[in-house]
Amino acid sequence: MTQNSKQILDGEGVERCLKRLASEIVDDCDPEVPLALVGIRSGGMPLAERLAQLVEVATNRAPSLGAIDITLYRDDLYTGLEKPSLGETVLPFALDGYGVVLVDDVLFTGRTVRAAMGELHDYGRPRWIRLAVLVDRGHRELPIQADFVGRRVESKASDRVQVELKRDGVAGGAFLIGGQA
Amino acid sequence: MAGTSGGFARKDLLGLKDLSAEEIGHLLDVAEQFRGLNLRAVKKVPTLRGKSVIHLFLEPSTRTKTSFDIAAKRLSADTFSISGSSSSTTKGETLLDTAKNLAAMHPDIIILRHKRSGGAALLARELPHTSIVNAGDGFCEHPTQGLLDLLTIRRSIGGFRGRVVSIVGDIMHSRVARSAIYGLRTLGAEVRVCGPRTLIPPGLDSLGVEAHDHLETALPGADVVMMLRIQQERLERGGHYFPSTREYSRIWGLNRSKLERWARKDVIVMHPGPVNRGVELEPELADSRWSVILDQVENGVAVRMAVLYLVLGGERAARSEGRGQ
Amino acid sequence: MSNAIEPTLLQGGRVVDPASGHDGVADILIGADGHIVELAPGLADQCPARTQIVDVSGRLVVPGFVDLHTHLREPGHEYKETVETGSASAVAGGFTTILCMANTNPVNDNGAVTRYIVSQSEACGLARVLPIGALSHGMEGKKLAEIGDMLANGAVAVSDDGLPVMDAHLMRRALEYCAGLGVPVIAHEEDTCLSGGCMNEGRVSTLLGLRGIPDAAEDVLVSRDIILAELTGGHLHVAHVSTAGAVRLIREAQARGVHVTTEVTPHHFTLTDEAVVGYDPDTRMAPPLRSEEARQAVVEGLRDGTICCIATDHAPHSTIEKEVEFELSACGVVGLETAWGLTYRLVQQGELDLMTAVRLLTSGPSQCFGLKTGTLGPGVAADLVVIDLDASTPVEVDEFHSRSRNSPFKGWELPSRIERTLFGGRTVYLWDGAEGRVGAEATAR
Repeated sequence: MTQNSKQILDGEGVERCLKRLASEIVDDCDPEVPLALVGIRSGGMPLAERLAQLVEVATNRAPSLGAIDITLYRDDLYTGLEKPSLGETVLPFALDGYGVVLVDDVLFTGRTVRAAMGELHDYGRPRWIRLAVLVDRGHRELPIQADFVGRRVESKASDRVQVELKRDGVAGGAFLIGGQA
Repeated sequence: MAGTSGGFARKDLLGLKDLSAEEIGHLLDVAEQFRGLNLRAVKKVPTLRGKSVIHLFLEPSTRTKTSFDIAAKRLSADTFSISGSSSSTTKGETLLDTAKNLAAMHPDIIILRHKRSGGAALLARELPHTSIVNAGDGFCEHPTQGLLDLLTIRRSIGGFRGRVVSIVGDIMHSRVARSAIYGLRTLGAEVRVCGPRTLIPPGLDSLGVEAHDHLETALPGADVVMMLRIQQERLERGGHYFPSTREYSRIWGLNRSKLERWARKDVIVMHPGPVNRGVELEPELADSRWSVILDQVENGVAVRMAVLYLVLGGERAARSEGRGQ
Repeated sequence: MSNAIEPTLLQGGRVVDPASGHDGVADILIGADGHIVELAPGLADQCPARTQIVDVSGRLVVPGFVDLHTHLREPGHEYKETVETGSASAVAGGFTTILCMANTNPVNDNGAVTRYIVSQSEACGLARVLPIGALSHGMEGKKLAEIGDMLANGAVAVSDDGLPVMDAHLMRRALEYCAGLGVPVIAHEEDTCLSGGCMNEGRVSTLLGLRGIPDAAEDVLVSRDIILAELTGGHLHVAHVSTAGAVRLIREAQARGVHVTTEVTPHHFTLTDEAVVGYDPDTRMAPPLRSEEARQAVVEGLRDGTICCIATDHAPHSTIEKEVEFELSACGVVGLETAWGLTYRLVQQGELDLMTAVRLLTSGPSQCFGLKTGTLGPGVAADLVVIDLDASTPVEVDEFHSRSRNSPFKGWELPSRIERTLFGGRTVYLWDGAEGRVGAEATAR
């Protein structure tokens, strides 16, 4: 990481947070309602995959797993801000009646989550939608809050937060990177 | 306005001639994503909400216009249609005057179908603030048809490099053939054309295109056969291109026995539509196992969504990561 | 010009006169009658009193240019050009004698229209405007126009230029009739059965998706008319030759002794069909811009004398005709104000020598049509051009003296600059260091 980046969590810390999030999700969800974890591309996807493994260990039942790309639902396509290029939305199950936990790495303005909820509704009618994030860095611009939060941090609006899962040769962790204010 | 590698950053889409392999590849990749959207129960996304698209179709077209209209509406754009008969161009107003008046109403995109080559280029030059998408200009280009042909070929046979595409028919008067030739050559495919010599324009060798007089030599080894529509009007205006559709069909029309005799077993047959059954294609061939004609139509919507999305800066504005972290 | 002028001495210029082969520093003394009194070095001592001395040292001085092919649009299309604006454009480009085609409205197919054009020209007094009468009545290609009547009123040749004469019999009769009257027939050679396109047929037309016109459309009619000239003994002048085949046919016919001559335009010896890429309507003309091979063939024709002159085919069109799709745009470009720069460009590129270049714009066209202009010497009207070969001229169409702007050379930088044009001893064009002044504005200086 660059010089002006600060570690919020190390690789182990990320893993501990995910375990806690998984157990909160299991505790909170009615076992009678089929559960789906849907990662928001691109940062939420690896977290959703890891959470699904942890939930399966805890319940002996694999939740459905999906990925959502919100590019076409953004409200800032023409604001001149830079955006990710178009990815694929993969929801290999009918959403109707599912309890859906949207998973993202960082919660910031809330606009991404709004777009993701809009897109989910074009695919079907989930029983309910909840939100799990690893890092909540504040600065909300919409009335959206996460149901499951790994870590809350103070940040400046110009900062960036980057999350990496621990894997072979990568220590992993969550980092706050100072931006040009 | 030069293209950047790996992306598409142009204000207009006028043709495939000047696009790089990277730009074409990117357009096809994005179209591939939109294909998935067209299979959903809810096929509409809010991406172009609040954007205005004008269909300025000064030449008759049903299929292309419908395809563009579906594409624009699925992206939530507002669409307005002006056709040849309702436009002022029939009252003596010039194309440029019509377009300048439309542009004064601040549309974001004008989709132009025009019977004169260079029509779209004229608008793109004169209207700096409106994106122009060429939906066919004269004999020059029909880039979205070219792209949907490329997408269909890529999905059917997996790629372009070293593959052989034979285009059969009226090459001289075909914008479909030109766009296909530019795209295929840029992506590394081998292109043959075949038809009566009166309908083969000069200079194709400079594009690396091989001309054949007969299907007997044009078909063997081809992965794709693209049949072009033969227009009745070519016979009518003293062009002297060929004596009759009956004779044309006999020599250059495609049928099952010619395919079985000369073509590879797994060849695919394409046609930009509408098909003159019994002229360039044997009636039942359009519905045969060789035909991918309906795939072309299906891919057309996805390609046009990708084009509308990209010329309006879906990625001109959107270059790298900036998602509110 | 009836009014007497101040005697003038052009002092110290490099005088090039192809008719006499003169190339050297000399003074030119112009008398009060507007004619040249003497051409020799060191004339300053022999000048009459009150002679105006103009220092032209370091400048090229040549006869006023002669253009056998212009369209002045008056009467009928004055929004494109008039005799006056066309003449202003001419002198700004160094031309003092221009021939104007008959495709006006009404067509110049009778003595009254011819007389009108001549009188308009005399009224503005900028240049010598010599009308070309229509070959056929109404330029309809059906029956001969009253050629003798037009000649009596000032016409010097006949042509249906703009439209080919597709009726071989009519062309035969025109050549025969005009042979007796001693004037040339100028032919626009384009077989309309072969020419249904809007640009040269070839690789570029294929790329642009525009219908092509093959070289054969020109060559076929040139062949026919050479045969008819041979049959009749008439003088056939092929307008704006553009193909290698036509140049070859004319060269062969000349060798056989057939009285056939031809001209080429600056756009055809400068540009090729590559210029059409981008669909600029200012690159649409008839005949179309051809291949590089054709371009080289016409330059070779200029070098070896097959083509005896450069003619502009100055064809003004307004934006109404040009701000449209390429296929719908009118044919033709303005050319009077860029002709010399484009010709001198050939000299700079080593494709022509200076003497030949000047001849092609002066004695070449004059001798071709038997005109008493395009040369220097005692007793000749003082039509002169003073040129700075070391300067350059940007092509700014908005500054054109022509009423129209349709030049494919807009934005180009052409070598050399026309500094002064004299018509009958009077300065009718002057570059004042910032802009070009025409007529009274120039004379006042």
